[in-house]
Amino acid sequence: MQIDILYFARFREAIGRSAETVSLPEGVVTIADLIDWLAARGGGYAEALADRPTVRAAIGDSFADPETPIAGAREIALFPPVTGG
Amino acid sequence: MSAAVLVRVETGDIDVAAELARLEALGGGGVASFTGIVRGGDGLTALELEHHPGITLSMMTQIAEQAAARWPLLGVTAIHRHGRLLPGDRIVLVAAASPHRAAALEATAFLIDWLKTRAPFWKKEFFADGTSRWVEARAADDDAAARWSTKP
Repeated sequence: MQIDILYFARFREAIGRSAETVSLPEGVVTIADLIDWLAARGGGYAEALADRPTVRAAIGDSFADPETPIAGAREIALFPPVTGG
Repeated sequence: MSAAVLVRVETGDIDVAAELARLEALGGGGVASFTGIVRGGDGLTALELEHHPGITLSMMTQIAEQAAARWPLLGVTAIHRHGRLLPGDRIVLVAAASPHRAAALEATAFLIDWLKTRAPFWKKEFFADGTSRWVEARAADDDAAARWSTKP
């Protein structure tokens, strides 16, 4: 399954890109699986995603919990807790 | 009561007077508002606001519509800026018009508390000594938003 991943703020800077298209291996079923799989790449990925409770995700235009399945998703955004307002 | 919902994300300044005048013209008894300003001090020279353009508007619209569903409002406005801002610049305006002051005031507090914890914006601070840092989320903001939670 091909999917677009977007990175924002601190994650974008650590990973060194704002977006990429990835092919997900079997076994990557939920948001948490996706984060684990990306973090296993090491480097900026591991650094950005190290503190799991602070990793936020959105599938399309809805926030998604770690256990949310990603089947059918076309675009997933990963970002730290928001600080607007 | 069907509220007029206005939500915008933009780089330019927010014309607070014009936005409040629009809400005042809806015929309610009161308009409440909150304006967020870039705080100076500690050598801060600028703030850069990044956002997730694909979902910012829909998240802000959801928040505004939840306010309209929860209080008897005639109008709800939520405007957030992005890009580079300087100390003293406006960052955000939320406002609500209602026949009654309590609804307008409570809806305004709800809007800013929820925007702070749910709208996909991130602030980066730039300082006079050349350093910069991402603003960390504050637990106090989560607590402020949680008081509006409808879940027990």
